[in-house]
Order: sequence, then structure tokens, then C-alpha cells
Amino acid sequence: MSTMLQIGVTGIGAWLQGAPDWPSVRDVLLGRRDLAADAPSKPAASVLPAAERRRAPDSVRLAAEVASQACAMAGVGPAVLPCIFASTHGEVAITDYVCETLAQAPLELSPTKFHNSVLNAPAGYWTIATGCTAPSSAVTAYRRSFAAGLLEAVTFACAEGAPVLFASCDVASSGPLAEMTRTTLAFGVALVLAPDAPDNPRLQLSLRGGGADEPAPTGLALRRVAGDNPANTHALALLAALARAQPSRLALPLSSGLSLDMEITP
Amino acid sequence: MPARIEPLAITAYSATSALGCGLAAHFDALREGRGGLRINDFSCAPLDCRVGRVAGVEDATLPAPLEHWDCRNNRLAWLGLQQDGLHDAIAHAVGRYGATRVALVLGTSTASVGATEEAYRRLDGGRFPADLRRPEIHTPHSLTAFVADATNISGPALTISTACSSSAKVFASAARLIRLGLADAALVGGVDTLCESVLFGFHSLELVSPQACRPFDVQRDGISIGEAAAFALLERAEVAPDVPRLIGYGESSDAYHMSAPEPEGRGATAALDDALARAGIDAARVDYVNLHGTATLKNDEVEAKLLPRFPTRTRASSTKGFTGHTLGAAGALEAVIALLAIGHGVVPPNLGCTEPMPEAAAWLALRPARQAIDIALSNSFGFGGNNACLVFSRAGALA
Repeated sequence: MSTMLQIGVTGIGAWLQGAPDWPSVRDVLLGRRDLAADAPSKPAASVLPAAERRRAPDSVRLAAEVASQACAMAGVGPAVLPCIFASTHGEVAITDYVCETLAQAPLELSPTKFHNSVLNAPAGYWTIATGCTAPSSAVTAYRRSFAAGLLEAVTFACAEGAPVLFASCDVASSGPLAEMTRTTLAFGVALVLAPDAPDNPRLQLSLRGGGADEPAPTGLALRRVAGDNPANTHALALLAALARAQPSRLALPLSSGLSLDMEITP
Repeated sequence: MPARIEPLAITAYSATSALGCGLAAHFDALREGRGGLRINDFSCAPLDCRVGRVAGVEDATLPAPLEHWDCRNNRLAWLGLQQDGLHDAIAHAVGRYGATRVALVLGTSTASVGATEEAYRRLDGGRFPADLRRPEIHTPHSLTAFVADATNISGPALTISTACSSSAKVFASAARLIRLGLADAALVGGVDTLCESVLFGFHSLELVSPQACRPFDVQRDGISIGEAAAFALLERAEVAPDVPRLIGYGESSDAYHMSAPEPEGRGATAALDDALARAGIDAARVDYVNLHGTATLKNDEVEAKLLPRFPTRTRASSTKGFTGHTLGAAGALEAVIALLAIGHGVVPPNLGCTEPMPEAAAWLALRPARQAIDIALSNSFGFGGNNACLVFSRAGALA
């Protein structure tokens, strides 16, 4: 039989346009408020130095924003925290730029945009901005990126006996590639996960054969955010369970034959 | 320092690169000091440089049920999976443990972005052409999803994409999954193919040499880009007493710069220290180091600072002069080369270097040599300051 993994959630970060932090996203999930109108379209990402923030692609700003929120809530310094950044599509705007430039004038490709095109750009900028020398990673699993990334983060924390930072972020698509990636709004979530945190909300994870149905969509206001990116739907389902602060269960599709089952204890 | 880990058995492994398809082609080339770099003939407007191109990728065809995955990167993955009995070994593991008890963790830097590039060259009224309107190949997970489909592995599946350390880190992730009992075996590996993004991208950073790369040479002037597919099957040690072992891994971040290594090599040293600690050995026991050795000015300068950690009897080489820098596949390809060194008692030479950097000369193996290798280590460093170090041993070497 499969192992049970126990992990505490000591910090949560979240950002979407109109709900720029975890308390606001929680209130939207609980139906206590709507998304704010006329809200800034980009996260503040004040953890990044000003020069880096100007250069950084949207996915980096989003990841840095939610990661720093989660670390602040957990009260841990990012410098020693291993970090795992998940994304379904990475920075689509840069892939769009690179492919368009290659098709028209390949020798004009921008070196900065090229090194920003790697999937680990958020991990790179984050570790540089926070002085983090711990292991960092960038992972993806297409429509199961959130569940697979969460499993990777919890596995790291439990196997190495150390807290980890996990973030899952996708930004709006652009250009001809958008028809393939179908993600229309930016959404990011980050969790600080600690193997030994008895006073915090806990997740008990296990793998179950047979796969899982897609979780029911969250509140109306957030359906547009989830869009056609199941990773967003899955992240919102876990956030909704954490927002309700009641014992609950959640099953997310993990592979063709497995689901990631979670028991959530507030 | 991390605690010592239980070694894992490597029950099957293989590589396909510019040196050819499979282990025998690699062993022959390494033993004879025969490289695989050739004049760049890739893309519509080839840059004036050398590349490590795999012959026959264009002719590899996917079976009909897998045709919707067709693209250069997945063809190379398929070609790689046909070598050295990998297919049978994977099927055996799936049969023995059950498909959901085998994990799949693969590294790639660009996956099948070559197909996305092609779609942009052939836009049809602003849309992707009909034959490339396949969302699953325009994602960085394309490789892993394809390999899962092609092998019937249905355990946890993940793509790690940390640039040039991607397919070294997959060994660490798989080891954790097995250690915690989430899987009984794991197929790990890396596949990256030549594409315009990396050729013109590294060119824009002025990191591509006009000639075949010369790692650790005083005259080195940049990388040669290559492509490769490399795989390894990991299982618990007790099921295979006589096969080589993964005995340690270490990972770290530089926290320094997106495209340049930290000048003192602190991040690389931390990854090395953690890998040795998990292996439970001292650096003095390492017989061979497969260096990252990209042949850029900075990488080799920084990596040379690690060499004094080892006694001068330790042999070290970069094998990128043979294969080119295969980017996200380099970690797995060079792990396989380290396993070949252990299996055949051969030190792969540091091809392309005629005048070694003085600070590296005492360790560099410039010519192929026969020597028993019990413990071999492999370094991989990527953009974003992402470092990984792996340690392998002959079965019984730690007893």
C-alpha cells in the first residue's frame, strides 16, 4: 500500500487581479466579497529589487509575489528555504516573443529574453533576490502541474526533513500560442509546507489507484480564473478547503492511473 | 549535512547522442577519443558553428497510436527508448511492481519547443497550421507525457526543467519518491533536441564557439550545442545485487545571476558536499569526475576551483567535446557516461583540450585510459544558478 505523507501548511500566498493576497482570495472563496474592480493588473512583487522587477517577466513577478506572501505568513526567511516552482505553461509571452522573432529575424533575439525563457526563471530570480542557496526547482506536468508539483514539494519536505516553499503560477497567454495554452488570466498560489508543524493546518496525502474526477469548480467569481487551466482549478480547490477551515477531503487527478488524495485538517 | 542514503540499483540505462545510438556506440567513441561534433546544418539559416546532431532522428517514426505526439524531441526520445533493452526492462518493472508503482521523472530544457517554432514559421491566417494544432506538444511537459504513453508507466509523472541541471535533478526526485515508498521503481532521464531557440539564444549571449568546443583549454571560447536522449531505471538495491548504484545526490542554488555562475563556486561546492555526505564518502574516494565543463570562459574557471577538493589521482573530464552541450539532457547523458566509466574501467578523455588551464591540468584526463573506477561523480550546473551533483558506484564498492 502507498505511504501517507503528513505535512503542515505554515504559510499561504495567493494573487489574482482583484484579490492580491491570501486574505482577499479567502474572502472571495467564502463568498464574503467580490473581486475588486479596477485593481492593478500586475502584482507588486516588492521582494524583487527595482531593476530586476522592471526586467522580470510577468510569471517571475507573480511567483515572487505569492512566494514572499507565504514566507511572511510562515515567519520563515526565504534564504534557507528549498523552493519548488510549478507552472503549466511557463512564460507564454516570452515563448511567443522568441518564436515570432525566430520566424522573422533570428539574429535579433534578445539575450535577456532568452535567459528569461527558461522554466526556472522564477526560481532563478527568487533565489537571487532572497539570497536563497538551498535547492530550487522548476517543475511541470501539463494539466496536472499543481498536483504533481505539490507531491514533489511534499516529497522533498518529508524525505529531506525540511520545510519547503511551493508555488504554482500561470500567467495570461498571448499570441498565436494562446490558442494552444488557453490560459486567460494570471493566477498564483504559494504554500510553505513543514513536516513538523503540529499547530498548523495539516494535509495528509496519499496516492490512490483509479484516478480522480475533476473537482467541482469553485465560486462563480473564480471560474474565469480557472479558465481552461485545470492546474488553477486544482489550486483553487485546495485553497477553498483551507479557507473553509473544516476537516475535508480532496482528490486531484495525478496521472493516468493515480489520484492524489488529501485529508485536510484545520 | 544530510544523512547517508540507501543506494539505489540502476537496472538499465542507455544514451543516444551525436556519438550514436546506445551504449556500445558511446563506449567505442569514448575509448577511441572520437568526437561527434559536426558543422552546423540545422535550421533554415544555420549559424557558423559545430553541433552535436543525432543521425537518424528525422527518420525515426512513432507507432500509429503515438503519432499525435510526433515532433523532433519525441522522436529522439523514442529512438533512445529502443536501445540497450530499455523497453523490455521498463516493461519488466511495470509487470513486476504494477504500472502505478513506477514513477517517471524526466528533465528537459526546451521539450518540443521546436514544434512551436515551426508553427510560428508556418502560421496560417494567424493560427497554428492544422497539423501542429496539438496543444499537448506545445507544453514543456510534452516529453514526459509522451514517454508515459509510450511505456505505459502510470505512477507519479513529473518534468523537471531547470535548464542544464534538469536531468541530473531527476535522479534526486526519483530517489525521494522511492525512499518514501511512493514508488518501487522510477524511469529517469533527459531529452533535449536541437532547435532554433537554443542555437540563436546562446548565440545572442555570445556563448557559442565557432569551432568544436574546447573544455578547460586556455583558448576555450564557448559551447557547442548538442542533442541527446538518456535514460536510467532505478530500483531498490536488493533486487539487483550486481548492478551499479546511485549513492548520492546534492542540489543547491547560486543566488547570484541568471546566466553566470557565482565566481567562487560556492553553490557548486554546496551541491558537491551534499552529494558526498549522502553517499557517506570523502572526496578522496572519488575515482572519476564527469565535469559540467561547457567550455565557456566562466563555467570552466569556476568549476576548476572545485578540483582541489579531490586528490590528483582522481581523473576528471568534460565529455562535451564529444557530444556538445546537450542542455536539459546533459545531466542524464553524463550520468550514463559515468556509469560506462564504472562498467568498463575506462576514463573518458576531455576531448578538445590541447592546452589545459593550469589550475585544472593535474586532474584532467586528456587521453583515454584504462583504470578501475569504483566511484564516479557527475556535475551539472544550469541557468538561474541551479546546481546538481550525482555520485555513482560499482555494486559493492561501499561495502
